Amino acid sequence: MNETLADRNNFTVRDRLKSMVRNFGLPRLIIAGFLLLLFIAAPFVGADFWTQISNTINRFSWNAVMVLAMVPMIHSGCGLNFGLPLGIISGLLGATLSIELGFTGPVSFVMAVAIATPFALILGAGYGWLLNKIKGGEMMIATYVGFSSVSFMCMMWLLLPYHSPTMVWGLSGKGLRTTISLEGFYDKVLANILQINIGNLSIPTGTLLFFALLAWLMWAFLHTKTGTAMTAVGSNPTFARAAGVNVDKMRMLSVVMSTWLAAIGILVYEQGFGFIQLYMAPFYMALPAVSAILIGGASVNKASIGHVILGTFLFQGIVTMTPTVMNNAIHMDMSEVIRVVASQGMILYALTRKTEVTK
Amino acid sequence: MQTNSPPLLEMRNIKKDFFGNQVLTDINLTLHEGEVLGLCGENGAGKSTLMKILFGMDVIRETGGYEGEILLDGKPVSFSTPFEALEAGIGMVHQEFSLIPGFTAAENIVLNREPKKRNIFSEVFGERLDTLDYNEITGRAEAAIDKMGFHIEKNMRISDMPVGHKQFTEIARELSKENLKLLILDEPTAVLTEKEAEALLRSIRSMSEKGIAVIFITHRLHEILSVCDKVVVMRDGFVVSDVPAAETTVNEISKWMVGRNVSSADSRDIRDTSGSRTILSIRRLWVDMPGETVRDVSLDVREGEILGIGGLAGQGKLGIPNGIMGLYEAGGTVELDGKPIPLNAPRKCLDASLAFVSEDRRGVGLLLDETLEWNIAFPAMQVQNKFLRSYLGGLVKWRDEKGIREVTERYIDELAIKCTGSKQKARELSGGNQQKICLAKAFALEPKFLFVSEPTRGIDIGAKALVLNALKKFNRESGVTVVMISSELEELRQICDRIAIVSGGKIAGIRPASDPSEEFGMLMVSMVK
Repeated sequence: MNETLADRNNFTVRDRLKSMVRNFGLPRLIIAGFLLLLFIAAPFVGADFWTQISNTINRFSWNAVMVLAMVPMIHSGCGLNFGLPLGIISGLLGATLSIELGFTGPVSFVMAVAIATPFALILGAGYGWLLNKIKGGEMMIATYVGFSSVSFMCMMWLLLPYHSPTMVWGLSGKGLRTTISLEGFYDKVLANILQINIGNLSIPTGTLLFFALLAWLMWAFLHTKTGTAMTAVGSNPTFARAAGVNVDKMRMLSVVMSTWLAAIGILVYEQGFGFIQLYMAPFYMALPAVSAILIGGASVNKASIGHVILGTFLFQGIVTMTPTVMNNAIHMDMSEVIRVVASQGMILYALTRKTEVTK
Repeated sequence: MQTNSPPLLEMRNIKKDFFGNQVLTDINLTLHEGEVLGLCGENGAGKSTLMKILFGMDVIRETGGYEGEILLDGKPVSFSTPFEALEAGIGMVHQEFSLIPGFTAAENIVLNREPKKRNIFSEVFGERLDTLDYNEITGRAEAAIDKMGFHIEKNMRISDMPVGHKQFTEIARELSKENLKLLILDEPTAVLTEKEAEALLRSIRSMSEKGIAVIFITHRLHEILSVCDKVVVMRDGFVVSDVPAAETTVNEISKWMVGRNVSSADSRDIRDTSGSRTILSIRRLWVDMPGETVRDVSLDVREGEILGIGGLAGQGKLGIPNGIMGLYEAGGTVELDGKPIPLNAPRKCLDASLAFVSEDRRGVGLLLDETLEWNIAFPAMQVQNKFLRSYLGGLVKWRDEKGIREVTERYIDELAIKCTGSKQKARELSGGNQQKICLAKAFALEPKFLFVSEPTRGIDIGAKALVLNALKKFNRESGVTVVMISSELEELRQICDRIAIVSGGKIAGIRPASDPSEEFGMLMVSMVK
């Protein structure tokens, strides 16, 4: 009798655990556990805990907007925006043109945003038009849009008539350099607003607030009539069409929004990082953003602001913590391997379970 | 007929239910060698299920098997896969083609049973590397085509063939099987031209002379009479009559097909709307909806009535609402209240206060992954700006969650929708409750005019009654004109005031719902193409 009762208790506990794991998602659980382990291990291998925390928060603040850029396209059913580099290129055009035109200090950031916006809108509209032509294969086409736009701009960065001495190659006097320092321009302009420094802990309040503002706007948008229509288009395009929604228009809008957020995202990243990176750099930006939102619990057709925040934190946490902790512990550079396994594995995992959503 | 030898096929007391929903009850059937049996009945009468049982289709086993016995040549058999049925000499030509488009007719005919030659590689590596014997392939295909008695070009690719020839290729494939004793033809003439259909009937006769028994399923009753030895009519999962074809008429068969509960017709509340004005007038409508082509429909709907549109599957009744609502390409003129409704523009129809409950619940009708609240409120929100609060002078239209919840809860109550709450996902509801959500969605639009397409398809009897009552109540209390499309004539006769029957993509006739069912049965088959 006692035995059976114990059995049953065991059973329910195990069941409940199982359903918890299912709800949270096994990969997310593993990554969260791994990150926790890293935080615990950090002091033991001689890494300063508060510095680690600051690093993680900083990386979070740089990357969060680009992860947020994933949300609209997921909502409208266009899938994960592997074409993020297109938006990033708009941002880079804004950044370089702002400097070229002689703006400095905080004004250069505002101008970069202002100049990047029309580029993002135009490129986004073209990209959206393309995605409307190939419904069903969005993610594959998006990947190639990203790749080819990066390659195209590799030529353009050399050929466009930039003259600002801070940006062009020193000897020839033309063609942009691969890395451009933002000192004197908008290096840390957002981060320095209301920055909190306690001992080794430093929090870039301004950047976080800027992200919070964009995230709030996105959240609010999804609560409006248009936002609701966008979500319905992603959920069942035929239903939306039968309810009188212009499906192509909604998809187009989502792509433009995503592209614009990617442009803003790269500017936020640059102000935190302190440099503009050109040429092949945008190439490597899409995958971390995609895997971050997936780690956060989004699926190919469902995503929320919560997924963005949690996912960016977990992903960037891993990225910042592994080098210091792992290298100190085993004296071997494992960080890159783990980062690649985590990000690619997460994407693979999400693509295999297209319809499932973790809450 | 050979009465002394055991019958080729005997089915005894076949019963089948799908999850408690009885679809076949005590079916008894016998078929002798060389006999042609015509099987007819309305859609959903159980014809296909019966044939699936005979052919050992997976779906039967997956849904719990069947009861009763099947005897082939006097020996009990039970096929668990179609392969076993093929082995035993049963061939089936399905409604959907299963041919490889890039292969020739001959290749398709012998597919997977190709004659092969040994060669040096296959001697070493096994029979998978055998070469195909093309002479033999052509020979066998020719033999099968001869047996069929209708000439098709054996070297023509399937993709280049007219649709009728594809059908004949399928038949030839079955005939090329040497041990074929029984051939099941599931509506083979549906896609054929008149000439081809005649050829098919001839070939059925020649098969029968060669000793092959045929079960011939069709909606074209005169075909049955001209070619079959006996006729079996099914209705609601029962065999209602089993008579020699010579002793019956088209009239009688159509009466058997539809004539149930004829007496209950009197108690219904039918309104005579002949004095009312026309609210919707359709002129020369065509709709290109695959499988439900509308050719030339002109129809007037009177204000405040419930008009039923009935007809057999594939005759175009579903195309009418889908075309008017802009979901499939359409042409012609449609006027609501004297104002023309542009076609191919869903939004314009909704703006004109038309609403549509689609027959494709899961595909068109619902946001399966969203809450009931969204499902019910979404069209009203998008089309009429209901459940929204405006800020900044209308620049921001914010979702009114409270209003949405209230309307959802009201309809959950009114329509007795079984769910855990207004936040449940639509996917998790049963078919009947999903259908009620679709109705609620349309009701929330408060339309002037409502199209309801197959509202009771795939839901159980209890839910059916609820759905039909809700529709009737909506019509009678709110004065909304309702056009209901359904394959079930009895259901139409229960709630409609008038019934239009569509046949061959045209309106075959409109009758008051109180007319006897056989009238409608005649109309249904009148223009079948």
